[in-house]
Amino acid sequence: MSEISTVTDTDTPKVVFDRLDPENLVVRLSGAWSIEHGLPRTPELHQEMVSRGGILRVSFDTNELSSWDSSILTFLAAVVDISSKKRIEINKEGLPEGVVKLLALASAVPEKKDARAPVAHVPFFSRVGESALGHLRDMTEMVDFLGETFLAFLKLGCGKARFRRIDLMLFIQDCGARALPIVSLISVLVGLILAFVGAVQLKLFGAQIYVADLVAIGMTREMGAMMSAIIMAGRTGASYAAQIGTMQVNEEVDALQTLGLSPIEFLVLPRALALVLMMPLLCLYADFMGILGGGLIGVGMLGLSPVEYFNETKHAISLIGCLTGLIKSVVFGFIVALSGCMRGMQCGRSSAAVGVATTSAVVTAIVFIIVFDGLFAVIFDILGI
Amino acid sequence: MAQEAHIEVRDLTMAYGNFVIQQDLNFTVNRGDVFIIMGGSGCGKSTLLRHMVGLKEPEKGLVLYDGVSFWDADPGERKHLMRRFGILYQSGALWSSMTLAENIGLPLSQYTDLSLREIAGLASLKLALVGLSGFEEFYPSEISGGMRKRAGLARAMALDPDILFFDEPSAGLDPISARRLDDLILELRDSLGATVVVVTHELASIFAIGNNSVFLDADTRTMIANGDPHRLLSECENPIVREFLTRGESATGARRSS
Repeated sequence: MSEISTVTDTDTPKVVFDRLDPENLVVRLSGAWSIEHGLPRTPELHQEMVSRGGILRVSFDTNELSSWDSSILTFLAAVVDISSKKRIEINKEGLPEGVVKLLALASAVPEKKDARAPVAHVPFFSRVGESALGHLRDMTEMVDFLGETFLAFLKLGCGKARFRRIDLMLFIQDCGARALPIVSLISVLVGLILAFVGAVQLKLFGAQIYVADLVAIGMTREMGAMMSAIIMAGRTGASYAAQIGTMQVNEEVDALQTLGLSPIEFLVLPRALALVLMMPLLCLYADFMGILGGGLIGVGMLGLSPVEYFNETKHAISLIGCLTGLIKSVVFGFIVALSGCMRGMQCGRSSAAVGVATTSAVVTAIVFIIVFDGLFAVIFDILGI
Repeated sequence: MAQEAHIEVRDLTMAYGNFVIQQDLNFTVNRGDVFIIMGGSGCGKSTLLRHMVGLKEPEKGLVLYDGVSFWDADPGERKHLMRRFGILYQSGALWSSMTLAENIGLPLSQYTDLSLREIAGLASLKLALVGLSGFEEFYPSEISGGMRKRAGLARAMALDPDILFFDEPSAGLDPISARRLDDLILELRDSLGATVVVVTHELASIFAIGNNSVFLDADTRTMIANGDPHRLLSECENPIVREFLTRGESATGARRSS
């Protein structure tokens, strides 16, 4: 007789394998079997039933069993599995009636062998190829989406686009006025950081006044547009992806399509239009707040007077510089809106897919913002502006 | 009198990539039918519906409306066909940013030249028909699941369609609400003269309203029965169909004890 104990308590779940004779094995189950005590380790199960050999019949004794739950079913399922493989006869009379019924239920429907496709090891180069093809498909879908959006804007230009004006107003409010607090905070901080980093070096040359130039040019040409775009990518682009993705999950986009309404015109157009209209304004606002943030350092840390800082800023800012920032902001607005809407339209039919779409929207937007910023730098350099 | 074919599905094969969901589907929906698409869970019933209403193009085969192939038609013709559809999706698919009245009003504003006041009046009428009078200014999130279904039905009826599609209309409804919806479907069929296609596996609804059907099988991935559900129950010898229509009683041979 071999005995296995899992916990040393009076109500400890126990399994005792009692070999009455070479062909008959009695499995004695006692104690309180509960999953809260963990599943019993039964390494001797295989040894008793298989390794030692000769067993033809297995029966059970549960007279000392005080309570049970799924933990006993797990153990008994293993016993039944070994018995069926080794053609050992099982006598379930000694088991509680509920246990017998549950075991029968668990084995009522045979395991579906081909339920899941076999996981085959895919060679490295195959994976690289499939990934490349996946990116190619993504690019193709992106071009399709851009094309459809372009056509929708053409229809807008002809006054034939179908969307709700109230939706456009709501999106303008959301990505305009409601974005001001976060844009203010980030822009002030960016201006502050620019001024601080510049001040450290400029002080060495006694040229701290040029902090004003650094902040003014940096904000108007680059940081105002880029930072406001990145903020809107995380705030509004993600929101667009989540909204449209959830509509996909709820079949609302299908309902639009079967009504003959273009989801691009109805959903994407007002969102893109709102962002494109608001981004230049947000950019100008971000420029202003950034210069203000820089002024805090200039006045507070470098001892410049507000008038000095203001005059130097006015001297440094150029119309061309501001325009370059504004042009970028319009393009970035398109990028953020289209990234969010495209990922939303590509969203799968589950809540997990909405999360993927949202993340993807932000990443796609930020990547393209940086890429286009680089392109603009090259173009403006070539143009000499 | 010979029945007039309203919708015909010929040699239809549906697939997602390389995975074939159903193949070689051939059936006819006659004008005025309440046609049931039935089968076990995961056999492709809702997918078939999506192929029929223009949401997914089939791998192979045709979907014909009054002899016109939907998927071979040009966009204008397709839009004209879709204007005749009224679709109730499984969860209602109401546009969450719009009130119930606005949900019903959108199809009217798209396809008619009615004034806003006229559209609002029609929307109220449609809501009243489904027992939601007074809920015009409610948003979908403010009403129960059963009410959303009924509002979805009101929207499906907005343009007085001659073909109504229902995807699991009884799902999530209590038995009394499900029965009321069945009665409403029959009343709509009679009053609008519509052809109705219903995706369902609710036996009570199948036998209460269906007069024609197709049975899709998940294992063989094709249709294994076609015809009046009552006739299939009494005459069909396919064990899978019999087990489905008798709720498993033909397989076990006994009622489950209560």
